[in-house]
Amino acid sequence: MYRYDEFDQKLVDERVAQFRGQVARRLSGELNEEEFKPLRLMNGLYLQLHAYMLRVAIPYGTLSSRQLKMLAHIARKYDKDYAHFTTRQNLQYNWPKLADVPDILADLATVEMHAIQTSGNCIRNVTSDHFAGAAADEVDDPRIWSEIIRQWSTFHPEFSYLPRKFKIAVTAAPKDRAAIKVHDIGIIIRRDPSGALAFDVYVGGGQGRTPLIGHLIGEGIAAADLLAYLEATMRVYNQYGRRDNLYKSRIKILVHQIGADEMRRQVAAEFAEVKQHGALALPQAEIDRINAYFLDPAFEKLAEEDLTAQRKTKAFAAWLDTNVAKHKAAGYAIVTVSLKPIGGIPGDANADQMDLVADLAQRLSFDEIRVSHEQNLVLAHVRQRDLFGLWQALDKANLATANYALITDIIACPGLDYCDLANARSINIAQALSQRFADLDRQRNIGELKLKISGCINACGHHHVGHIGILGVDKKGVEYYQISLGGSGAEDASVGEILGPAFGEADVPDAIEKLIDTYLAARQPGERFLDTYRRLGIQPFREKLYAAH
Amino acid sequence: MPLIKDNAFVENTFAHVADEETLPEGAIVVSLKRFQAEREMLLARNTPLGLRLTSDQSPEALGPDVYHFAVIELEFPKFKDGRGYSWARQLRQRMGYKGELRAVGEVLRDQWLFMHRVGIDAFEVRPGTRIEDFRAAMAEQTVFYQPASDRVRNVLDLRHSRPARIAAE
Repeated sequence: MYRYDEFDQKLVDERVAQFRGQVARRLSGELNEEEFKPLRLMNGLYLQLHAYMLRVAIPYGTLSSRQLKMLAHIARKYDKDYAHFTTRQNLQYNWPKLADVPDILADLATVEMHAIQTSGNCIRNVTSDHFAGAAADEVDDPRIWSEIIRQWSTFHPEFSYLPRKFKIAVTAAPKDRAAIKVHDIGIIIRRDPSGALAFDVYVGGGQGRTPLIGHLIGEGIAAADLLAYLEATMRVYNQYGRRDNLYKSRIKILVHQIGADEMRRQVAAEFAEVKQHGALALPQAEIDRINAYFLDPAFEKLAEEDLTAQRKTKAFAAWLDTNVAKHKAAGYAIVTVSLKPIGGIPGDANADQMDLVADLAQRLSFDEIRVSHEQNLVLAHVRQRDLFGLWQALDKANLATANYALITDIIACPGLDYCDLANARSINIAQALSQRFADLDRQRNIGELKLKISGCINACGHHHVGHIGILGVDKKGVEYYQISLGGSGAEDASVGEILGPAFGEADVPDAIEKLIDTYLAARQPGERFLDTYRRLGIQPFREKLYAAH
Repeated sequence: MPLIKDNAFVENTFAHVADEETLPEGAIVVSLKRFQAEREMLLARNTPLGLRLTSDQSPEALGPDVYHFAVIELEFPKFKDGRGYSWARQLRQRMGYKGELRAVGEVLRDQWLFMHRVGIDAFEVRPGTRIEDFRAAMAEQTVFYQPASDRVRNVLDLRHSRPARIAAE
């Protein structure tokens, strides 16, 4: 993985000193809260319902064991012994004290980490495929390009006061595990007929109040020109994105209003200008330098392992079938460490669990951990012969729930338990549904099902792209939950359709169960919930759900 | 408002003239609207001319007229309105503007360095600002990943031992 050189380290160290000064000016009253707000936001520090929340950047979701151990240490020393992994592959501490934050950032800097641009109207942490470098279907490691974009976008002087926040995601595989089409900019890396890398740039996707799928604006951009193209796109947005209305200020609204063709024309004109000046052309030496950090680890030459004997342990077999994916190297496997125990809080991990995963990664997975946007952890390079022992160790720590991509692998935002934007709680619904569908055989029979819950219209829980999406709303002080069907954040991206009137908290599990029963009765062999929904449309589900009402 | 240029307070020799006001003698700054309405007369005055652009006014429409101005003021009505950063780069990079580029409006300490990086070289700051604060703010960061419109060697230049790539030229 990427390691800081002297420049990267100095930049982060200077930032810690700068923020220490800003916090001191706030504590002394020299800065008022309104002036301090954008400064703390640029450092990932939010003021939530009950306390400050610090969001730490995990660039493209990749961590070393040493880094994960530091995150555990910070949870113990400055917080309440746990932290929350987010849908942006980041990590949040829910209870830090303002006066401690400079020290937390200093601790992070010792392991090449920071909280820069994890909030504010700037280019946020770049996200990517959590199976990068291990998946057989990728054309290049997307983290090389994510790192290049991370550096270019860090403290970009022109794009730090954008109309609104800006999210970029990168994938290099035909199977989109990074939900790139629902990002402000989504990049798909492919190879052109000559074998050279080509970058397709999708612009104007997003969730929130107005969910939209991104448009292909830049097609086949050359590697050396990637940053010039991104700079051109950002400049058009910074100049012409709306600033009069918070809810209409994302780039998706600009693209929607002027149309994809006009956007393409404006970006192309700006791109020609930026390219002509040449300053942003990526030197091959820099591409090579960063590439070297992402070369394959020293995989042993192994045969595929026969795990028939171990499979006699039924729980292990179940975990193997759901949480273990095919690796590009023979004899290796990709393991998803579930942060979705039955009845638990999606994405939460305590300090001991983080330490354990860090130790296991050090011993069994080339010292590397990934955070997925689905709020799980991934050990990307595990020898198949180590799987049984790994499973035993994870199982003891309640980290081996065999539910990857099943109905209890729920994405949920923190909701009204923490967030001051929320209209309703999310965690309670996630827990109730997790318990209702706890039976693993039943979950496997239902098959792949992406269930996503947001506690407000901002859609941090990605409900628009859930096969089943749940949105918390407030009706005269009472929490209600609106259900939508048919969303997808994958390569077949789509926005879900709202079923009908919202349900009270207590009625949500029954409603979801009815939807599942409707699907099970109607599905054809091999169909997932999403496939059946797409074949039949919403009507049969709507009828079943509202017939009795 | 105090004016900072080249790391020191300087006297503002330009008078800002409202659209309906009678033009005084000497150096003046006018709005885009007034410039467009009275272009010939303003250019015929033999005194330095400045232009104030609001944050929703692109400098692009100026075309070659840009060379007539000794000062262009970019207005930041709120520090969060970041359009001026892009207008600055456009003026410096695409339009080749070499005169003074002045930030006016809500121009606060924590934006000065980024403003400088995009090519702004004069700052109208809050009364009470100390020059030490300005110098400290400009020195808080010394590592820059990306080329902009200042003259620093960015990280790519340093890593690969090449001279600064200045986007302005």
